[in-house]
Amino acid sequence: MKILVTVKRVTDYEAKLKVSLDGSDIIREGVNMIMNPFDEIAVEEALRLQEKHGGEIVVLSIGNKDSETQMRAAMAMGVDRGILVETNLNISQHLDSSFAAKIIHKIIVKEAPDLVLMGKQSIDDDNHQTAEMVAELWGVGQASQANTVTIKGREAIVIREADGGLETLSIDLPCVISADLRLNEPRYAPLPGIMKAKKKPLDFIQLGDLGIEHKQQVKLNRLVHPVSRKSGQRVSSVTELMTKLKNEAKVI
Amino acid sequence: MATHLIFAEHEHNTLKRSTLSAISAAKKIGGDIYGVVLGHGAKKVADELAQYCSKVHLCDHEGLAHRLAQPYAKIVSDVAKFSGASHLWAAATVAGKDLFPRVAIRLNAGMASDIQSVINESSFIRPVWAGDLISEIELLTPIKVITVRVSEFAPCDKNSTSGQVIPFDVSLGSSHMRFVSFDAVSSSRPELSDASIVIAGGRGLKGPEGFKELIEPLADRLGAAIGASRAVCDAGWVPNDWQVGQTGKVVAPKLYIAIGISGAIQHVAGMKGSKVIVAINKDPEAPIFQIADYGLVADAFKAVPELIESLSRL
Repeated sequence: MKILVTVKRVTDYEAKLKVSLDGSDIIREGVNMIMNPFDEIAVEEALRLQEKHGGEIVVLSIGNKDSETQMRAAMAMGVDRGILVETNLNISQHLDSSFAAKIIHKIIVKEAPDLVLMGKQSIDDDNHQTAEMVAELWGVGQASQANTVTIKGREAIVIREADGGLETLSIDLPCVISADLRLNEPRYAPLPGIMKAKKKPLDFIQLGDLGIEHKQQVKLNRLVHPVSRKSGQRVSSVTELMTKLKNEAKVI
Repeated sequence: MATHLIFAEHEHNTLKRSTLSAISAAKKIGGDIYGVVLGHGAKKVADELAQYCSKVHLCDHEGLAHRLAQPYAKIVSDVAKFSGASHLWAAATVAGKDLFPRVAIRLNAGMASDIQSVINESSFIRPVWAGDLISEIELLTPIKVITVRVSEFAPCDKNSTSGQVIPFDVSLGSSHMRFVSFDAVSSSRPELSDASIVIAGGRGLKGPEGFKELIEPLADRLGAAIGASRAVCDAGWVPNDWQVGQTGKVVAPKLYIAIGISGAIQHVAGMKGSKVIVAINKDPEAPIFQIADYGLVADAFKAVPELIESLSRL
């Protein structure tokens, strides 16, 4: 089975972020970057499926050269090879989800995987759009927010996190599955894996060479910090707390 | 003038209230409000929705008995084209998030996810970086696809007269997915993501027993959902889906009570949109106090039983 897994380079969830003066982006200098946590879960799931069913795993990312770090991290976990669609476009500003989906779809057509695994969303834009868009462009079934994935022949049985419970779907391969938090716990890359990752094949493709026609659909006009919460008051006892919640905040 | 098409979510043949929040958001722009109901034997839902819309397109077909993203996306976009909709709206629930990106592709429409307010007919405000930052985005396409953060829009009121329910001639496309089963979570507690009160616990509870003895009785007393910090989920004290934070669930209840939670950035990102935050922590230096409306420096094992006690006297 051939699996394509996507990885996005995002800011560390522990990072304290500041918006640039013109509000067009965050200040990226000095901010630690990581593999999107949901993508890391997708990579882990790909590895587990490979352990059971064999085949090849290809990791795909879109971004500037720096994304290589996160792709090597996926390779260190065990992914076989990588494709980086290179662009210097500021991703938050100019690369809306449907553009990203078209790029991924283009690579899918080239690679013809049996399964595409993605994170349910990236923790920067929080859009939760790309996986579903890829499935639609590809004309295949999808399971978003996967909790458990089982492959039986040419079918994926997926338990997914739904509102108020767990939904089980059966989907023909090929298909797109997006990973939710509970799908698995990603492994730490073993030291030999880190050594091997450096030598694994990584193809660089220029975005311009893919010949994708896309007119920007979503424009980021401004980023702002939310109105910061007023540092509140200290209460000295449970009784005082109860009184305030009842009479002042009126929430109980 | 704008024409809005609202995707109706329903369950057990009843319209979900989250749909009414989507209508409220659409009304901020103005224009005609139409609804679309997909299902099998869903006439009752369509009648219900017609109380809020001037027109409801009912797509009743046995192939639509279960909400599957692939066949649903085709029908919703067919209805959108038929009705000349300029805006499509759904609640940003699991269902809305699953379906609407596919609809956006079919309509070649820009999409705004999980919006918290409407600026004008093409610009919206939505949280990014788990609410750490807020973005103003503009959809540049003629058709706009939007999902709505339910906690930010109060459900709309009924219209004075009911709209028309019009059956839509469904032509199913190809589908590569099948519904197998649904296991409802058997919990008497509300769902974490749309509860109006959340009680959350952290390391200060010392172990799974702390959750059993303190958090659960307090939550049940208040009819609240239970949340937890990442640390205690990772430690296996509580189920992973209780996790509130950037890598867990993002919540915005009316009242959030953080007990024994220090307030790591990761956690705060998932709950700082709450209307009122209460922090109970032994450590007066805990960062959670910086964002709490009411902070009580106390041992959870003493304060929580007192809290339950005084609630029972209300």
